[in-house]
This record gives sequence, C-alpha cells and structure tokens, in this order.
Amino acid sequence: MKGQRLGWAPYALLLPSLVFLAVFFAAPMVQAFGLAFQNDAGNWSLESWRTMFADAQFREALVTTLILIVILIPVQFVLAMAMALVINARLKWSGLWLYIYAIPLGISELAAGIIWFAIFTQQGWLNSILEGLGILDRPYIFLNYQNPAWLISAVVLAEAWRATSIIMIILVAGLQGIPRDFFEAADVFGATSWQKVRRVILPMLRPSVQVALILRTILAFQAFAVVIALAGGGLTVLSSEAYRWYSDYRDSHVAAAYAGFILMLSVVSTILFLWLLPVREEQQG
Amino acid sequence: MTSIARDLPAAPRVDREAVAARQARARRRMLGRGLLYAAAVLLALWVLFPIYLITITAFSPRDAVYDYPKQLIPGTLSAETMRFFVDAEGVLGALWNSVLVAVVTLIFSTLIGAPAGYALARFAFRGRDAFRLIVLSTRAFPIVILSIPLAVSFIEWGIYDTIWSVALMHTALALPFTVLITSSIFISVPRDLEEAALTLGCTPATAFVKVVLPLALPGLAAASIFTFVLSWNEVFAAVILTLRERTLPALVLAALNQSPVPFRLAAGWFMLAPSLIFIFVIRRYLLGLWGRVSR
Amino acid sequence: MAEIRLQGITKIFDKKVRAVDEVDLTIADREFMVLLGPSGCGKTTLMRMIAGLEYPEHGRVSIGNRDVTDLPPRRRDISMVFQSYAVFPHLTVFDNVAFGLRMKNIAKAEIKRRVEGAAELVQLGPYLERYPAQLSGGQRQRVAVARAIVMEPAVLLMDEPLSNLDALLRLNFRAELKRLVGELKTTTIYVTHDQVEAMSLGDRIAVMREGRIVQCGTPMEIYDRPANRFVGGFIGSPPMNFLSGRIERSNGHLQVGLGDQMLTVPATLGGRTAGEVLVGIRAENIEAEAAPAEGAIAARTEVVEPLGSHLLVTAAVGDQKLKIQARTDFPARPDAPLWLRPEPDKLRWFDPESGQEIDAR
Repeated sequence: MKGQRLGWAPYALLLPSLVFLAVFFAAPMVQAFGLAFQNDAGNWSLESWRTMFADAQFREALVTTLILIVILIPVQFVLAMAMALVINARLKWSGLWLYIYAIPLGISELAAGIIWFAIFTQQGWLNSILEGLGILDRPYIFLNYQNPAWLISAVVLAEAWRATSIIMIILVAGLQGIPRDFFEAADVFGATSWQKVRRVILPMLRPSVQVALILRTILAFQAFAVVIALAGGGLTVLSSEAYRWYSDYRDSHVAAAYAGFILMLSVVSTILFLWLLPVREEQQG
Repeated sequence: MTSIARDLPAAPRVDREAVAARQARARRRMLGRGLLYAAAVLLALWVLFPIYLITITAFSPRDAVYDYPKQLIPGTLSAETMRFFVDAEGVLGALWNSVLVAVVTLIFSTLIGAPAGYALARFAFRGRDAFRLIVLSTRAFPIVILSIPLAVSFIEWGIYDTIWSVALMHTALALPFTVLITSSIFISVPRDLEEAALTLGCTPATAFVKVVLPLALPGLAAASIFTFVLSWNEVFAAVILTLRERTLPALVLAALNQSPVPFRLAAGWFMLAPSLIFIFVIRRYLLGLWGRVSR
Repeated sequence: MAEIRLQGITKIFDKKVRAVDEVDLTIADREFMVLLGPSGCGKTTLMRMIAGLEYPEHGRVSIGNRDVTDLPPRRRDISMVFQSYAVFPHLTVFDNVAFGLRMKNIAKAEIKRRVEGAAELVQLGPYLERYPAQLSGGQRQRVAVARAIVMEPAVLLMDEPLSNLDALLRLNFRAELKRLVGELKTTTIYVTHDQVEAMSLGDRIAVMREGRIVQCGTPMEIYDRPANRFVGGFIGSPPMNFLSGRIERSNGHLQVGLGDQMLTVPATLGGRTAGEVLVGIRAENIEAEAAPAEGAIAARTEVVEPLGSHLLVTAAVGDQKLKIQARTDFPARPDAPLWLRPEPDKLRWFDPESGQEIDAR
C-alpha cells in the first residue's frame, strides 16, 4: 500500500514472530522427529516406533482415541448446530443465550473432567438423582476400570459439554455471514424449517463446517486431562501414553514417537475432511 | 361491469379462507417460536446444570462432600472445602505461578504477535499469504509434539521447571491466535482513519498511537483475556515442563489420583470460576475473535 | 502561492495495471480543479499521490514550486477530506477538528480560536462536544471539512466528499461548499464521478479515463466542445447524441447523409471530403417541429418523458436514436412523426474510428 517507501516495514513487523516460531515451533518439530527416529545412542533407528507398536497399551490407546472421536464429533456437531440455529433465530435475550453457550469455551479439559467426575462418581450426582427417581436402589459404580463403556461415555459427555462451544461459535459466525435474503427467499418459496437447514444453511455453511470439524478433530486427538480426571488409569488415550512414557518411564524417544503418531493422525484427518467436504474457491471467506 | 358484479358475492368467502390461513400460519409460527425457546432453555440447562452441581458441591462443608444421596438444593453453604483446598500445600504457590505464566504469556504474545497482525492487516507484501499459511498450519501440530523436545531444550538452557519455560511454551501456542486475532482487529479499524491522521501531521507511528491503538484497544483487551484463559487452562505442557514450579492445573493433575475428593472438586471449581467471568467480559467479542480467526 | 505541478505521473499496481498513466497537469494557485471520471479511471489514485498517501513509480509532484514527490503527507502542507469522512470516532468534534493543530504544537488558546472559527464556518458551533456517533451523516461530513480547512493548508484535497450524502443534502451542501471554498481561496482539488457536481463546482475540470486525462478545461468548454466521444457521452444529462453519417459532396458543398436525408455542414470538415463521420449534438440544441419544415430532418417519436421543465423526447432518425429536449407544449405522441432542426453552430464532428473531435471551423 505504501509503495516502495516502506517496503521493508511489513517484514520488520513479521520478523519477531517468525524468529519465535522458528525457535519454538520449527526447531522442536525437527527435534521431535530426531527423538522419534533415534535411539539413546543417537543413531538413526526405528526402535522407539517398534517399542510403541509392540506396547500392550498402544492398541488400547489408539482404539479408545478413535472411538472417542467417532462418537464425539457427530454428537458435538449436532449439538453445536442446534445452539447456532437457536442463536441465529434471534430470540429475545440473544446475547444471553450466546454467553451461556459460550461459557465452556473458557473451561479447561481438566476442570471439565473434574466437574463430570463429581457427577459420575459413586457418591455423585448421577447416582443421587437416579436413586431419587427410583431408577436405582443403590449407587452404581460408573467409573470402574472394568467398565470401559461407562468410562468412555463419561469422557464423551464431558468433552461434548466442554468443547461444543468452539464449534458453535464458528458456526454462528458462519451463519451470520449468510445474507438474511437467503432465508427470506426460502420462506417465500415455502420451505419448511428442515428444508431450510438442509438446502440453504448447510451448503452455505460448508466452509465453517469444514474449519470446525478439522479444528475439533485435531484437538480431540490431544484429549488428555479429561481422561485422567475421569478415568484415572482405567482408560488410556494416545496423549496420556505420550505423557506416561515421558514422565513415568523417562523415555522421550517413545514419547516423541507417540507425538509423531498423533501428528500423523491429525494430518490424515485434516486431509480427509478437506477431501470429503471440498469448499469451492468463491466460498472461502 | 356485469362480470365484476357476479364475482362480488364470492369475495367475502375468499377473505374468510385467507384469514383462516393467516391464523393457521400465525399459530404455526407461535408454535415454532415456542419450540425454539424450549430448545434454547434446554441447551442452556445442559451447559449450566453441571456448573451448578460443582458449585454447590464445592461450597458445601467438607464432610458434606461425601454425603449421599446429595440434595439438589444445598442445606448449608460453607467455604470450608474451598479453604481446605487453598490451604493445601503448594496450591497458593501454584496459583501465583499460573497468574505469572499467564501474564508473561500475554505480554510476550502481544509484543511479538501484534506487529505481525498489523502487518497482515495493513500491508500488501510478497509472502503475505505464505506467512498466513504458516501461522494457520501451526494449529495442526499437537502440543504433545512440541512439549517433549522443548523439555529437552529447556533443560539444556537451564530454564526447565521455571515459569519462563511454561510461559515460552504457552506463547508458542498462543502466538498464531494472537497474530490472526490482532490482524482481524486491525482490519476493523478503517484505513481511512489512519490516512486522515497522516494528512493531519502524524508520522506512521503517531498515527498508530493516536488513532489505531485507541480504536483497537477493546478488541485487543478481549484478545488478551483470551490468551490469558488459554494459558490459565493449559495443562499438558505445564505438567511436562515443571516439577516443583507447578502451575495450578499442573499441580492438580499431578496430584489428582492421590488427592481426596473435596480437594479435587474445589480445584475444579477454582479453575472454572475465572472462565465464567472472562467469557462474560469478552462476550461481545467472541464471534469476532473466534469466528473470523477460524477461517 | 500554491501552484500544483504534476509531471509524467505514473502509478502501476501489481506490476502491470497502469492506474495512472503519464499524467501532466498544472493547477493554478487558488484554482478549484475537479478530477472527473468513471470509477476506476485513476482519479482517486492521482489525488492520493498528491496527498502523499501513494507514491508514483515515475514523475514528479510539486506544490508551490517545492518538489514534494518524496515527502510524506505531513510535510506537504495539504489537507484532505475523505469519501468516508474518516472522522475519528473516539474523539469529540472539537478534538477531531483540533487534531491537526495539536500535532503542530500550536498554543491552546490559538487552537480554541481556530477550531471555533472553522466550526462556525460549517455551522457546527453547537456540536463541538459531541462524539461522531451522535451526529448525522451530513454533520460528520461537516466535521471532516472543518478538520481540513482549520489547517489553512496550501492545498485542499477532497475525495468524493458528497457521494455518501442523500440527494437533497448533497444539493445543499454542494452550494455551501462552493461558497466556502470561494471565501477561503485555497487551491483545491476535488475528485468526483458526478458530472453535475463537477460542472457546478470546478473552475476547471480534468476528465480522466483509464489513467489518462482526456480533456482539461472550464466546465463550459468541456460541455460545449468535448474533445472526444467519451467526454461528450460522459458529461451532460442526457449525454450528447451521436449519429453516424457519411460525408458527401453536392454542388461544391459538403453535406452529411443520415440515411436518406442530408444535413448541411460547415464549410470545412477538417479537410475531409468523403467517408464516415460522427455527428454530435446535445438534446437542448435541437429544435423539434410538429410539421415538415425547410432543412429539418424527418424523424419518428418513440418515447416521451415529461420532466416538468421540459419534455425529453426519444426520436429515431432511420435506425439511429437520439434524445431531444422539447418545450412542454410540444404535441409529442409516441409513433407520431416529428421534424428536427439542429442548431448549426452546435453541431460537433468526431472521427468514427478514434472518437476524437474534428475541428470543423
């Protein structure tokens, strides 16, 4: 804009963040690669990968992580869409609804895990309520390591409760980008609410949906504290394996292999979403 | 003339039908509105009810935490459980560390990220799209993959197990958001205003200070709060990069399985409470901050 | 003395788009110069280069015999009124107007006196303590003007200052602006795409197209003798009529044939004696007759638009259309024949290929 006069200015402004990202992003990435593909002696080897794949916990962690994602993402998407449509309907106190739905945005995984622990624990709220309603006659132990279905359900609920708001915000922002005329035009043509959602809203929201799904899936691969808070050692996911190998076994090579594996899954899922939900050029906002 | 006269008697009937149809439409509308409000309330309860539950538990007397079955309307409220948590060993120190880390993260990421955000917002330069892409792509990298090698580096640099290592790590996590968020904030300050200041005797620097900054300040404050929350909540890097100098989440996580239930629940409430306030403070900026940036 | 001299100014965007192409223009001290052209013609870019908000790839800008090509805006002694007003929303009207004076470290009492003076000139006196959000669009525009004139600049630049106002407000403010600038006697450059605004305000108008100045002259010159087909078509409402004809010679006289009718022509047609030619004539320079008359061209009425002060008649000569301004008592009816008598000295001639005017005198 300022022509040749200040041609260097933008680069000077970018420099600090480029340097920082190089030192604290690019360099650790390279190091992680090195850690994962080297053994203790510093030689190139696939030892840590072999250790990882051979570990009894690996399969369990991978399966649990995948189950979590496969259940969690659709549940969250439907919930977030419902919230976004409610907000977009411009009810009274729309600011209040938005605030309430956005509250979990500021809540950490750990706090959410503890909150749902209070609900699911043996002397917790779920048992109290179910007994109060006469459905149970004595407390049921939901969070039992012999009961992985309940452990996974608790984690899914806690994560759905906590992390739906980010999808909701992205969808609301996307909805607000759709001109009101479209909805009115749909009304004129007598579209039902369901038709409006399916034929007008979803296609036009596609870029936002794509971003939300990618972002949420990447974050779901990193689920960690919520699992520890709810299931303790009863359930393991990929991130908690990385943590265990680093802090309990003091083996940063295998930990790095886990990290690399998570990164790989993130990249694959991103490519998958880009491929499944192609966004045309003119839809990019 | 005659044809009009013949049609006349029919007209009131058409009117009645139209009125009936209109009423039916209005009823359906009312019903639709009603369903929407019901959905709104239900979704709000879904979010608020767990918060209510943890709050009444965290503020019941210590023994009552173990009470069963629990009462939805608490008998006695007490700060005893909270006091027990705050007085527990290491909690105050960890709390202080959390605040320090968040503040340092905030300062670092703003000082480093905001200039880049400004450059993205105001200049058309070669490499602009490439830079945006780099910043966006950093989001694909899990914290896990950065924390482990950085822990190794921090040990070498001698800042392992200090607030600085956690703050640097959190800055790395927050920086991409800061760059994109500040860029969208600066874009929202019309360029004309800056140019008007230039024609009225400002240098680019004074134009920024006197015009851009005051107008961007509310947005920047909201972005800062967001960075603060991000750091306040982060636990994986914090627990890997510290041993004694724990932040609050790191302390709670590391002690979780050995700690008594009242400690855990009080900790949960304590970590949750600031977010309620922070999200309330920046509620008007949420869509602008997150919605735009996530594109 | 603030004469503005532009020499060979060229601005290239994205390495290929020549937004402003080799422009030479001299604006006299105290002159009100309007840069007029359709959107994308480079007029705003040219003004921004005078302001110092853009820098030309080639050429020099000088203001009052001082070469300012490489100076930033603050060293050029200019003020600018922006299309969007660019009033600072975080400052009161007073602080907005005082903004530039404060940057110059002028004494407080002096600032107060000058701000109040400028506010008085644009009738903002009672609003000094308000914030822009509490003002109407028209009032914000006044703040922008006051903020520019209070600087007492050598050059006042205005970029489409009226385009965001509604029609009535625009009409009133235009006259006010003319009075104001007339009193200030500051060299002024005014960018607009509205030819009526250009005609009403400018001492001279520079008509731009595709980065070049195609004609520069007083409003009447430009209206009366457009340098080419583009200017004739751009200025005036309705635009100038253009009819194509062919030059013929009979009995030693030049004539131009429009279909099967002949139009008498001035003695020379720039030396042309044959070939095609484009005839330009404005709607108000054609007399309409309801009955055949000597030397009048037969035409057919197509559309009649009563505009209060006159009728705007669209007529067809052969298969060519033209618009005529007729008196309100003219008995025009669609499909009725009518006869047209153009004022001979108002006929303009253009080369059909290049569109340039042919000097027929």
